[in-house]
Amino acid sequence: MAQMKFMCDAERCIECNGCVTACKNANEVEWGVQRRRVVTLNDGESDEVSISVACMHCDDAPCMAVCPTDCFYKTDDGIVLHDKDLCIGCGYCLYACPFGAPQFPKQNAFGERGKMDKCTFCAGGPADSKEEEYEKYGANRIAEGKLPLCAEMCSTKALLAGDAQTIADIFRQRVVQRGHEDGAWSGNARADADNLAYDAAQEG
Amino acid sequence: MTVSTPWRLVVRRLSLIAVLLMAGLLLSQLTVAQSDPDKEAGFAVPAVDADIWRQVRSGDTGPNYRDSRADSNYNLVNASGETWRQWRNQWVSPYGLIVLGGMLAMIAIFYVIFGRKALDEPRTGRKLLRWTVLDRSLHWSVATLFLVLAVTGLNLLYGKFVFKPLFGDALWASMISGSKLLHNYLGPIFSILLIIVLAKFLKHNLPKKHDWEWFKKGGGLIGKGHVDAGFANGGEKVWYWLLASVGLLVIASGFVLDFPNYGQARDTMQWANLLHAVAALGLTAVAFGHIYIGTLGTEGSIEGMSTGYVDETWAKEHHNLWYEEVKDSARDETELASENVQRHPPDNPATDRPG
Repeated sequence: MAQMKFMCDAERCIECNGCVTACKNANEVEWGVQRRRVVTLNDGESDEVSISVACMHCDDAPCMAVCPTDCFYKTDDGIVLHDKDLCIGCGYCLYACPFGAPQFPKQNAFGERGKMDKCTFCAGGPADSKEEEYEKYGANRIAEGKLPLCAEMCSTKALLAGDAQTIADIFRQRVVQRGHEDGAWSGNARADADNLAYDAAQEG
Repeated sequence: MTVSTPWRLVVRRLSLIAVLLMAGLLLSQLTVAQSDPDKEAGFAVPAVDADIWRQVRSGDTGPNYRDSRADSNYNLVNASGETWRQWRNQWVSPYGLIVLGGMLAMIAIFYVIFGRKALDEPRTGRKLLRWTVLDRSLHWSVATLFLVLAVTGLNLLYGKFVFKPLFGDALWASMISGSKLLHNYLGPIFSILLIIVLAKFLKHNLPKKHDWEWFKKGGGLIGKGHVDAGFANGGEKVWYWLLASVGLLVIASGFVLDFPNYGQARDTMQWANLLHAVAALGLTAVAFGHIYIGTLGTEGSIEGMSTGYVDETWAKEHHNLWYEEVKDSARDETELASENVQRHPPDNPATDRPG
């Protein structure tokens, strides 16, 4: 069984925010909520580094552990999803999450926050119809056999999404070959100009 | 001075510079060709090293930290969330249950062994006014709100383990969202009323010297003896001052949690949540004791808070110093009953009929 994970290669991220935009567009996320964010450390300094962050779909998810309504669940693919019909907007997941993934459309008096929204790994959520699912949670690309749009659209392939083992292998190969004179691009039959996405994923 | 520099010299200098440049370029080419990948990797990688991650974990963002999300007050990784989760789930939640269950068990055991504390002497039938209508309205309003807040709060902490599997998602959804709404909207009302009650009952609860004696004798809870007590005895004063300290802490932390519109930081809300839970669970446990003593545990106590009047015997035995102050105002219960009838005449359908 796959264990879906995101991984952002900080050496490659150029803080173009394409992932943020792609996510917003793919999921029609409501106003005020931005499921993915790009963090830049030491901006403008020589050691500047950027990394794209959203829900990390933790194995031992803190949001899941503290939710008073128990609205979270983990899919067979290891994706952490939540049921908006059960969410009461208490904000506990927001307190617990180390990555700032859960967000609320409102922040009003008497704890009126509305329903929590977070990255679904483009896997939608529980609903009676496809329309309702899209309305509440956004796209379900996983059901269509596609990966999250943020990673698919990442221009430098910094953001990887997929089975943990696969993306770990990709990253490992990058680390090993990083700085190599061919930059790990050559010797890959599928690494042509139109198909750069497959560069390091394939054996050389 | 250099105006008359001969052309020859200029040409020679330029060619020297050109040769040096060429050599430099050649050398740099050579360096690249000879570099080993490991060394190159060391240069190519900007400093995403242990220091950077240590800085991230510490929560210190620095002046050149950027987050593309509007109004984001998050660091890259916020370790405090996990700390809060561990405190809440590993300590507050299980120990809260132990404290509440332990308190109920102790009360039950006490009741089984010692039973209800009955009046030693027969009632005189003469009544003393203990709680005015306003006192009682305030008490029961605060008491009702306390119970609603306790039940909904407990549901927020423990409900998912019991009611979600028991009732299924549909009923559970309305149950838990109702709990949150009641808790968040009634909390502020409770706060205001509790502060009014604390202000109103302050004069009865100032510590006195005889309270010390009361504690040393365990309040006369067990056995026949009675201890000196004024309007409020030592135990009641402890309950009062618990509400005036821990209760106010619950209120303050509750306001931090209930009004995120003021933009308080998440870390502040994490601590407020822990304080709120610990203090509220503690008060709930003590409230069990208060409820027991006020109803089942002591004969005659509930009469005071329901009718406003207590029997002379009860006053003499439980609050002797207060009894000495007010004994002249005692009134006969039949007199009080007839007064009550005059004030609230029973419905007489005959008088409603015209003619």
